[in-house]
Amino acid sequence: MTNPNPQPGSPDKEPASEEQAAQNALGNTERAEAATTPTAPQERPTLGRLFLENLWAANTFTVTLLSLVLAMVVGAILMIISDPDVLATYAYFTARPADAINASWTLVSEAYANLFKGAVFDPAAANFNTALSPISETLTYTAPLVFTGLSVALAFRGGLFNIGAQGQATMGVVLAALAGFLLPLPPGLHLLVAVLAGAVGGAIWGFIPGVLKARTGAHEVINTIMLNYIAVYFLTWLIVQNGVQDPNRTDAISRPVDASAQLPRLFGDNLRAHGGILLAVLATWAVAWLLNRSTLGFELRAVGANPDAARTAGISVTRTYVLIMVFAGVLAGLGGSQMVLGTTAAALTPLVVAQIGFDGILVALLGRVKPWGVALAALLFGALQAGGNRMQSYSGISLELVTVLQALIVIFIAAPALVKAIFQLRAARAARLQTSLAKGW
Amino acid sequence: MEPGEIHALLGENGAGKSTLMNVLYGLYQPDEGEILVDGKPLKLRGPSDAIAAGIGMVHQHFMLVPVFTVTENIMLGAEQVRGGIAGFLDRRRARREVAEVSERYNLRVDPDAVIEDLPVGIQQRVEIVKALTRDVDLLILDEPTAVLTPQETEELLTVMRSLKAAGKSIVFITHKLGEVKAIADRITVIRRGKTVGTASPEASRDELAALMVGRTVRLTVEKAPATPGEPVLDVAGLVVDDDRQVRAVDGVDLTVRAGEVLGIAGVQGNGQTELIEAIMGLRPTLAGTVTLDGQRVDGWSTKKVLRAGVGYVPEDRSVDGVVKEFSVAENLVLDIYDQPPFGRGLSLKPDAIAKSAQERIEQFDVRTSSAQAPVGTLSGGNQQKVIVARELSRPLKLFIAAQPTRGVDVGSIEFIHSRVIRERDIGTAVLVVSSELDEVIGLADRIAVMYRGRIIGVVGPDTPREEIGLLMAGITPDATAGNSAEGGDAATTDRDAAATADADAVSGGGTAATTDRDAPATTDGVAPAPEGPGSEDKEA
Repeated sequence: MTNPNPQPGSPDKEPASEEQAAQNALGNTERAEAATTPTAPQERPTLGRLFLENLWAANTFTVTLLSLVLAMVVGAILMIISDPDVLATYAYFTARPADAINASWTLVSEAYANLFKGAVFDPAAANFNTALSPISETLTYTAPLVFTGLSVALAFRGGLFNIGAQGQATMGVVLAALAGFLLPLPPGLHLLVAVLAGAVGGAIWGFIPGVLKARTGAHEVINTIMLNYIAVYFLTWLIVQNGVQDPNRTDAISRPVDASAQLPRLFGDNLRAHGGILLAVLATWAVAWLLNRSTLGFELRAVGANPDAARTAGISVTRTYVLIMVFAGVLAGLGGSQMVLGTTAAALTPLVVAQIGFDGILVALLGRVKPWGVALAALLFGALQAGGNRMQSYSGISLELVTVLQALIVIFIAAPALVKAIFQLRAARAARLQTSLAKGW
Repeated sequence: MEPGEIHALLGENGAGKSTLMNVLYGLYQPDEGEILVDGKPLKLRGPSDAIAAGIGMVHQHFMLVPVFTVTENIMLGAEQVRGGIAGFLDRRRARREVAEVSERYNLRVDPDAVIEDLPVGIQQRVEIVKALTRDVDLLILDEPTAVLTPQETEELLTVMRSLKAAGKSIVFITHKLGEVKAIADRITVIRRGKTVGTASPEASRDELAALMVGRTVRLTVEKAPATPGEPVLDVAGLVVDDDRQVRAVDGVDLTVRAGEVLGIAGVQGNGQTELIEAIMGLRPTLAGTVTLDGQRVDGWSTKKVLRAGVGYVPEDRSVDGVVKEFSVAENLVLDIYDQPPFGRGLSLKPDAIAKSAQERIEQFDVRTSSAQAPVGTLSGGNQQKVIVARELSRPLKLFIAAQPTRGVDVGSIEFIHSRVIRERDIGTAVLVVSSELDEVIGLADRIAVMYRGRIIGVVGPDTPREEIGLLMAGITPDATAGNSAEGGDAATTDRDAAATADADAVSGGGTAATTDRDAPATTDGVAPAPEGPGSEDKEA
């Protein structure tokens, strides 16, 4: 039966609700736009017009870009303040302002130029190998971050806040390294087993908070943080055990992973880029497929957006929670395993995973918890770290500045309203109402 | 608005009634136009301005802190302080004020009762007292009767009349025609954000309804007599606890046959929600059995129950029914996403989902800009149609609809009702739960009334409203005789005794008012009515 609806004054309030949305000044402009645009496809605006509209609307990409700019501005100020020579020129700023401005400009521009040269391309490169070196460095740093970022993002989409990527990566690196130097296997198979061991390590460390959450309701944030501690001290203890510790060393370092379990290098022996980046791209694709094109991803997103409705529709929320955490653990574990199977290190040390788990949280946020966004964010963070090394050795700016930059970028992104207010972007209020990060708590 | 007038604001859901009143109360800012109070334009920057101008509001969803006492809630936002900068709360003075106001307007409330222990009707009274202590001249009541029993509604109307006598003006927002006719001095009908007419209470229901939706609607559900077949759903001795581990369903027996609609009437919170959730496998059953088509289904997972041919429209649409961030298409397959043709093995088929969505959007007249629009952008009625479309587009043995038309506009109500009846006519067993008595009477072939976790009577749809209303308040026609006869264990007897006490208290009171509010002191042993059986269990 169709609803007899001869008059235009239909009882449904769809148009009314849109009017209201506008009237109420609830700032829901984006949604209203999203809802209305498909109704009028006949009149296509020009590409330039679209671009402008996107630029001035609450466009997340714009905000990301502007956050980057803002962070670099703050970073520049920090550089100036922390350089005593440049700071001295400000003492007589009123007398000779050009001095201060010149000195500041030189310092900042050189530092950022070195950052760029270290991360992307050095115009002064002598040969092909050195020209490729910055990219190779960037990719080396990027690969594990893609995995930990995906780990956090996947959990986010399922409504869980995985602070435990660090611990999962730690367990991943432990099992991968153990498989790497304890098992005498032929090349190829050895690498495969080591990578899988890393995945299993992360999976176990994700399963525990997942099952605790599902069965007892224990909050995953608390449990993953606690498991981070357990993992890192387990690693510290394990390294000095017989059979694990390098017999030729007295300090806390394990035996190196066999060459047969190492990821192959991509650009020859002199460059550090390794097969991990290919795995990272594969993982990004897999996670994107999982989220958007699989029944499991449907469950995961439904549970993440509205667990009550998911449960009512027959989706097992508890099972989904466990699966999400296991998958998140697998991803983080794979990321961790690259720290010994790649070119960063070959042996376990207490700090072997560095900060990749925690950086993964930042990467996930920066990438707006979308798989390809995460991959790009990881690339940016990888570039910052690679460039930071050069910035430190050539400009004398400490590497920590890069960490500060990363943190600033994420802070600005987490507060889009602030960025938009600074740049006078439209709909700052709308963004404030729909900050993406409140989910999961 | 004139002083001492009750002005009814009538309109469909989403017509803009609440928005208008929120503007009046200073919650939203007007884009254009102005508000005149005593001939002077008024600029409201927030609710405090409105209160200062003498406007008070009782919201549809009460703005009370559940764990605070009545006094604390009333003083909230206008705390009396003493002791200068130390700022001690002057509870005593606040308490005195509350007592005084409730005395003056004959609104009896216990100033020291904790809100969460009070029945809904009393909570609403607290809201009214709260507004009155702020010295308002104009009181806005936003859909005040949505959560009340017929008797409680009657009482509210009495309260409104006495307020009117005291010179207060009242704006009464509703979409229930009967109440409007009963109380209003003047009626303004709003449709799509515009005033479409003013009417006097003498206008007929049909006239008002036509004004509301802009065309004539059928207020009654047209249907042929049912042809009940074999029992499809059999519930026997079901016992279920609610979230607080308090007995909510206490030995319910039910049978729904193929091709009939069984309506469950009752004031909200008497175990209907828990009963349905237990049938759906969303809530553990503590005792008793649920049989679907000869097969025990208690203890099954929700997915298994759904797969066995049960359609379910949950009571709370926005919480349990839809995923607001998901598109209309995704919501349409929320419980069949993993069945062919939408999913095969691990992979999802977005094309099939989109195609079927398009068909069902047309079939069920869902008004949406596109199948890919997030469901959250749709109106309540259309969201509900999405849920109904989802549940009715697979072959069903049993269709359970809880509050199928709550917060839905008249046009969609009509549509959803006709769909329910159509499902009945093709031989599906239908179970409808609703706190709207009219809906149950209109749809059902048999009506079971639920009170404090039990079915206290099954009647035909031709039973007079008043009789069903009394049943909803827990009063059976033969209360004294009937109840004690069926008593089993000691606990049950206790409860029956309590129920009898209820009935006695009320028959003593004369009117059909619900139990304890008229005599809170005398019937101490009896828990407030809509609280459910919980408090009784505590004493047992």
